[in-house]
Parts: sequence; structure tokens; C-alpha cells
Amino acid sequence: MKNRIFLLVIALLAVFPFSALAENAEDRGISIAREADLRDQGFQDFTSSMKMVLRNRHGQESIREIRIKTLEVENDGDKNLNIFDTPKDVKGTALLTFTHKVGDDDQWLYLPALKRVKRISSRNKSGSFMGSEFAYEDISSQEVEKYTYKWLRDEKYEGMDCFVSERYPVDKNSGYTRQLVWMDTKEYRAHKIEFYDRKNAHLKTLTIKGYQQYLNKYWRPDEMSMVNHQNGKSTDLFWSNYTFRVGLKDKDFNKNSLKRSR
Amino acid sequence: MSKSICIAVFLAFFLTCYPGHHAVASQWSGYVALEGRYFWEKSLHRDQREQNGSVSFEPEFYHEWDNGSSFVFVPFARLDSSDSERSHFDLRELNILYLADSWELHVGIGKVFWGVTEFIHLVDIINQTDSIESIDGEDKLGQPMIHLSIPRNWGTLDAFLLPYFRERTFAGKNGRLRPGLLINTEQARYQSAAEQSHLDLAIRYSNTFDDADVGIYYFNGTARDPLFLPEFNASGIRLIPYYLQIEQLGLDVQMVAGEWLWKLEALQRNSDDERYFAATGGFEYTFVSVKDTNMDLGMIGEFVWDERQEGATTFAENDVLVACRLAVNDAASTELLTGVLQDLDSNSKLFTLEASRRFGDNWKLRLESVIFIDPEETDQLYDLRDDDYLRLELLYYF
Repeated sequence: MKNRIFLLVIALLAVFPFSALAENAEDRGISIAREADLRDQGFQDFTSSMKMVLRNRHGQESIREIRIKTLEVENDGDKNLNIFDTPKDVKGTALLTFTHKVGDDDQWLYLPALKRVKRISSRNKSGSFMGSEFAYEDISSQEVEKYTYKWLRDEKYEGMDCFVSERYPVDKNSGYTRQLVWMDTKEYRAHKIEFYDRKNAHLKTLTIKGYQQYLNKYWRPDEMSMVNHQNGKSTDLFWSNYTFRVGLKDKDFNKNSLKRSR
Repeated sequence: MSKSICIAVFLAFFLTCYPGHHAVASQWSGYVALEGRYFWEKSLHRDQREQNGSVSFEPEFYHEWDNGSSFVFVPFARLDSSDSERSHFDLRELNILYLADSWELHVGIGKVFWGVTEFIHLVDIINQTDSIESIDGEDKLGQPMIHLSIPRNWGTLDAFLLPYFRERTFAGKNGRLRPGLLINTEQARYQSAAEQSHLDLAIRYSNTFDDADVGIYYFNGTARDPLFLPEFNASGIRLIPYYLQIEQLGLDVQMVAGEWLWKLEALQRNSDDERYFAATGGFEYTFVSVKDTNMDLGMIGEFVWDERQEGATTFAENDVLVACRLAVNDAASTELLTGVLQDLDSNSKLFTLEASRRFGDNWKLRLESVIFIDPEETDQLYDLRDDDYLRLELLYYF
């Protein structure tokens, strides 16, 4: 009996540190993601403007301006309406998205010249958004359920104490095997994300700057910069005119509002 | 017509100059386009030419009040070097939208599109086709209407009163892509004694059921596609458009299933002259990020069927379309769509190609080509057998 207990203790000692550490890293990873999500809940709705600057490897620029309306949906992903202002030939084109925590999003595209609403496949998560270095999955609503997580370490990033976690997309159509996220330990805001492609090669790096706090709670960045290391192109996003709780409702996110949007 | 234009221009300028502090937006936009068409086969008729050039202009004025109600004014004009019929002016839109909490009302000249398929726009009926613009049926004339839309959680109900009928446009004597016999639009006839003033009605219910978008409508009024009556006079035979009174039930469904998009349009039309059923449907399958590039490649398959067969007023009555769409997803939004429509009852084929690319921030180049291959004498496309063409359009957006 004594022997058995002794053996058990030995066995536990041998196994415990490793398994505990492994479990901890994943638990910690998901609890960081949950905390960040929790801190961003309750914003209800907001509108904002986004300017995208696409740059090719020769430094040539191309600009897109988009207005964004977002509605928080309880127990599911957000609803989004994106309205394109430039380039001028796509002016008035609008994209309505009902994001979901699990499964494909619902998407409708409105083409103003034909007055036509097209249902579109949202399976193309890894595809480029408007020819930029941002994929649809990079700019769509970030839900906890879309990844599994692993906390790696804490380290300083640009003077801030940060969690460094790895996250793995759940969706098999994702263009990534993993992402490395630097999130500050004080406000749980992401500052840097590294994207690794399907072959696990470093594809892109996103840096996020100029966080502003709205309604004394919600942090939104002024600037996001995505650099593609494989093709030498980059895309900068500049956010402005954030207005929270403008009173948007479900009826502002249907096909009628899509057709009305300018 | 000219009176309403004056009012529109006055209103537009008034709103531009005095937007008031409540104005959310008041803006002009639009495009000017230079178009060249080249027909490489010798024309069938001696008044036609191999090349023609034209310029078109479509500005848009939009004003929005802060309750979401709005005013829009979109005139369109084209000046064509060879076809006087193709040189034309139209009010594409001139309407006021009143936005209430649970409904919206559009009053004026507007445009409404119904349909889901890529090639044949079967169920689309509110607006008349401006077929002189392009043979794809996607250019429409402005339609006077009162349109009430009620979106609810059980679906959307749309009701239309259409108080004035617009005649279809056709290429003139000197224009290419015209029927063998000239069409005398001046003498258009109507089944209804009210002629163009017949009040047409339409009601439509549409809803989204998970992955499917479904619409069903009832239309009662003047058919948009005319029959043709021969007219004999000193100068020979001409065709006179004859517009029947019809009742039509229409259905459109689009469904998404992963990379698949499934589409269906169907209609049942009843008139004193005929009763028939027609349908078109098919799929689009998209290969995303082909070979690890940003490019998407879509494969399109569609089938068209019309109960009238040879007697159909449309050119596709038992046809299959196979097409492919390439979206490069680059900064210039380069796109290519090419396909073949094969008649299943003959060797008749139609080859189409459309491509576009943006240059800088404001310019766009569009290329379009249609080739008519072996149309049979009984086929509507037979008249266009020597009208294969290449169309190049340079657009400046402002």
C-alpha cells in the first residue's frame, strides 16, 4: 500500500508539471481572449469611416474610402454595413454582413448600377478585401469562438506589458495555420498580430496604433498597418468619425437599407 | 418630360446651394464615357457602318435629409455617330424617398431590379429595357412609379403603381444589332385602349430563409416585351411593336451553400394571346484564392427554358450557358467574364466576353465582345449573324 502511494506520488510528480503547464497555457490563452471580448461588450452600435491606402512594392498608392455601420448582436456575431465611397466607379456599392460566431457569415452585395442585390458566398475568408492586404477574415468581427488559443509568454512590447498568445483558426477555410497576438495586460488591446499562412510561413504582420477610448470603455485604434512579407505590398487603414450608440436597429441592417445606402 | 427635368435641375441646384444645416449629404457624382464599337463583318444592310463611336453622360445628384429621406436625380444622355435612335436622352431616376419608421415610399421615376441569374433576366419586369444601349438587357429606362416598401421580420412587401408605360428602344436604320426589318416605334400599338397611360400594378413578397433568398411577385399590366406586327406601305415592310396586357407570376430564388450559389427564376404569364411558363436557373461555383493567389475563379452553368419554344419573344428558349468569371482581386479590380450560350435545338451559339479594369482612381476601361455563331434562320439571332462586335468603353467617374 505504502509502495503504491509512493509510486502514485512519483507518477504525479513526474506528469503533473508538464500537463499542468500545457493546460494552463491553453486555459490562459482562452481566458485572455474572453476577457478582451467581455471588455468590448455592450457598445450596442457605432458608425465610423475608414480610409484604406493600398501600396504596392513600388510604393504606388491606391485609396478606398468606406463608411461602416455596426450593430452588436447578443449571442451572435455583429451585423455590419459597409458603404463604398471611393474609388468612384464603385461608389454606392454596399456590403451587408451578418457575422456568426460559428459557421459561415451571411453576406449580400448591392450593385448600384444594376440596382441588384447579390447573395455572395462568405466561404472566401482568406480572399483579399477590396484588393488590399487585409483578408475578409482579418476585418470581420473577431469572435472568441473563431479560434483556439495558447498563451505563450508575457513580454514588453513598445513599453507595454503584453500577453503573447498564439491562436489557431477553427474554420478550415481560413488562410492561416496560426496567428501570434501581442495584447497589453492592462486594457486587453491587440497591438501586433503576425499571420502564418497554410504552409506555416510568416505571411503578414499587422500593427495597430493610436487607440482612443470611447464612452470611457471601448478602445478603437486610429491606424492599422498590414505588411505582406511575401509580396512586398502593404495596406494602411485610417479610422475616423467613430460615433457610438447612434441608435442603429435591426431595420438598419436589412436588404432595404442595403439598397438605400449611399 | 421637359417640365420634370426643369423641376429636377432646379431642385438639385437649390439643394446644392441651400443644403441647410439639417442636410446629411448633398452631392453630385457620375460618369462620362467614350465608346467605340467595331463590327468586323460586312453589314447586312447598306446603311450600316463597320465602326461607330459615341459619348454618354450620366450624372447623379443625391440629397439626403437627416431622417434618412432622400431625393435623387439621374439623367442619362448618349450621342452616337451613326444611329440617330441610339442618340437618346432618358431620366433614369428622379424620385423622392420618404423614409418612415416601418415603411418607405418612393415617388417619381425609378429603377427596380428583380432577378438572380447571370445571363437571362427573365423575371425582371418593372423597368423597360433600353435595348439600344446593349443587348445584355441590363440597361433600363426610368419608370414612373409609386413604390411602397414594408420590411418586417416576416419578410418584405413591395407594392407598385406604375402609371405610365415606357416603350422599348430599338436600333434605327443606320444602327447595327437591329432586326432585318426596321421597327417603326412611332406606330406602337397597345391591347389596352389606355395605351401608354394604362395603370400597371405589381406586388412582391421577399424574404431570407437561412441560406436562401426568395422573392415572389404578381404583375398586372402592359408587357415590356412587344410582339411585332408587319406593316406594309410604299417604302416596304416594317414591324410595329404591339404591347399586350398580361398577368404574370414570378419567382426568384438564390441560395448559398459553401462555395456554391444556386439560382432560379421562373414565370407564368397569361394574356388573351398566350399562356406560358418559362424558367432559368443554375449555379455558380467559386474556386477561391486559386493557386495561392488572390484570384477567384467562378464557374457558371445556367439553363433557360421557355414553353413557347420557337415562338418565344426572347432569344433563349432552350439553351445552356457555360461561363467563367475571373476576379483578379488586385488594386485595379480587374475582372473577366466569358461564356458560351448554346441553343439545344440547333447549332446556334453566342459567345460573350466582358472585361474591366480601373486605371488610377477615376478611370475605367471596359471591353465587351459578342460573337454570333451559326444562328439558324428560325432563330431570333439570325438577324444579327453579321453583327459580331467588339466594344471598348473608357469611363471617367467623378
